[in-house]
Amino acid sequence: MYALELQNLTKNFGKTAIIRGVNLAVKKGERVAVIGPNGAGKSTLFNLISGRFEPSSGNIKLHGQDITGKRPYEISRRGLARSFQITNIFSRLSVFENLRCAALFASGQKYSFWKPLSKLDALNDRTEALMASLELKRRRDVPASLLTYSEQRALEVGLTIAGGGDVILLDEPTAGMSHSETDRFVHLIRSVTVGKTLLTVEHDMGVVFGLADRIAVLVYGEVIAFDTPEKVRADPKVKEAYLGAVLDADMNHAAMAGAAA
Amino acid sequence: MSSILKALHFKPLDGVRIVVWSAFALILLLMPLAAQSSFALTLLCLTGIAAIACMSYNMLLGQAGMLSFGHAVYTGLGTFVAIHAMNKIVGGWWVPMWLIPLVGGFAGLAFGALLGYVTTRKAGTPFSMITLGVGELVFAAALMFPEFFGGEAGINSNRTGGSGWLKDMGLTFGPQIQVYYLIAIYLFICTAAMYAFTQTPLGRIANAVRDNAERAEFVGYDTRWVRYLIVMASSFFAGIAGGLTAINVEAATADLLHGVRSGGYLLFTFLGGVGFFFGPIIGSILLVFALVVLSEFTKAWQLYVGIIFLIMVVFAPGGFSALIMLNLRRVKYGEWRKMRWPYVGMFFFGLIALWGFAALVEMAYQIQVAAGSGTALTVARIPLDAASTSSWLIAVAVLIAGGVAFEVSRRKFQRVWNEGEEHIAEAIKKAEAAIV
Repeated sequence: MYALELQNLTKNFGKTAIIRGVNLAVKKGERVAVIGPNGAGKSTLFNLISGRFEPSSGNIKLHGQDITGKRPYEISRRGLARSFQITNIFSRLSVFENLRCAALFASGQKYSFWKPLSKLDALNDRTEALMASLELKRRRDVPASLLTYSEQRALEVGLTIAGGGDVILLDEPTAGMSHSETDRFVHLIRSVTVGKTLLTVEHDMGVVFGLADRIAVLVYGEVIAFDTPEKVRADPKVKEAYLGAVLDADMNHAAMAGAAA
Repeated sequence: MSSILKALHFKPLDGVRIVVWSAFALILLLMPLAAQSSFALTLLCLTGIAAIACMSYNMLLGQAGMLSFGHAVYTGLGTFVAIHAMNKIVGGWWVPMWLIPLVGGFAGLAFGALLGYVTTRKAGTPFSMITLGVGELVFAAALMFPEFFGGEAGINSNRTGGSGWLKDMGLTFGPQIQVYYLIAIYLFICTAAMYAFTQTPLGRIANAVRDNAERAEFVGYDTRWVRYLIVMASSFFAGIAGGLTAINVEAATADLLHGVRSGGYLLFTFLGGVGFFFGPIIGSILLVFALVVLSEFTKAWQLYVGIIFLIMVVFAPGGFSALIMLNLRRVKYGEWRKMRWPYVGMFFFGLIALWGFAALVEMAYQIQVAAGSGTALTVARIPLDAASTSSWLIAVAVLIAGGVAFEVSRRKFQRVWNEGEEHIAEAIKKAEAAIV
């Protein structure tokens, strides 16, 4: 059984087909990078999987169970969590409250109003630990809106993993970061997603090679290749899609950087 | 300024918390001693009820970000059901009169469950629009069903009816002071309950939904269900306020349900400040002051309230509670003392300018609205004549002179304030760096 399985997934906006029959099967514990040129439908694909949009046709299975067309909160409760390309946090709540809110439902509290938050020791300890691993401890009581950009990106990932979901979708987690920040951040992502099934949309080839076991190449709403980084790099279809040499050089360079990291 | 407001948090330590709540109880207990007249006692009763209503409103606006235009529906329906229950008690029901506010509360909860199911289907502006529609609908229904609402005249009851061992001991609700203490006890319990609610998982998730409803869905919350639960909780406390109104005035009329009253809750909750739990309590004091006291002094009271609201929305969107907290923060970082004289200057010239403005407004009202009673009037004990040119010239001169002096002192104040802000920012940075 696959952790996540997409079957003939399509999405049309009006007459425009954005996702045109995607098939993808991700094994449990696998780290997959979804790459592709701008406008290929990478973010749309994540929006379909996470329930933000409803697919036009096809099926999405999470651990073998059909989640097609389910609401985001239902999908989240089944253990699929996602981050956003544009930072999407609880702006007026503190860092700690942000992370605790993200863990609250999964901790079994749901909508309870008969128990003070301060008495939920297990939850509070877990939140503190997560905050420490995100290196946000010294910003504990700062409202999220006052964090620096890279701190907000770390919080974004924190909100995604706080609920303990085992399938994690990260939509361009390092977008807009400097090189040194990106390197640190990739380490951070690796360390907090150990043992989880991970899908990332990424433009930075260094990140792709640093994080992924397998790469899915999405071009014009179709997956044209899904294999190990080495085989994807050698795939003529991928080369063609990326106008050949540009990507080749780019990827070779990145592969070395990734191997070095 | 708004970024400063975001940085503020009201989180007293446990010891502080005990002191705050004890002081609150003590104030409620001793307040009647300060109220020498029956009018003052009436004001206290109205304020206590308004405080519960405004706090329940802030559960929607401040806590969950739901701008409701129909909160009076729940307080008002609470009053109507409570009045009917009181009449049942007079007719022989065994329920003691002091439980009537709870009857109002459960009526509010029931209507919250019924109407909230419709209003909470949407968030944001659509939610506001639906509450406006539901408010109009309920008000119209009040005039359509005179059997329950009593038509134009409304319905009356008598709070001295009923029985029970407390009544045998003298709790008849005949004297107003007994009504005051009933309100005070309900106010204390409701305040504690609503505060406790803000510290629970549901209370915190309401904040999360306020800040970012979409993300709340992606961490497992059905935001519509959150809104629905919050509306029901808010309606329950609104209904308690309504039940207390029933005991306090022993009557219910359709205007209790009207949109004007809903607007009042919104306006004064905002003035008090939606960002802090105690803001609506300040708002309720302002509400009773404006509606009862200010309206005695001047016919133009709504104009003044409107202008204050305008000024607050533009210059202090956090309301009076945020102003208080900003100054407390100064005290905490030892930055307040420098601002004493700038404050004094600003207030002194501000009052002078205010007198000039009020004189103009009052003279205009005297001519336009109260022409029958002559042209002579006093503003803050200073005699003026709306028919004489010199009075107008004096008022204009005072307004201009006061206004200029105010602006000069305000700029000085702003400078001192900004310097203090920098000092505090440095102190915070140092404190943050010290955390390992």
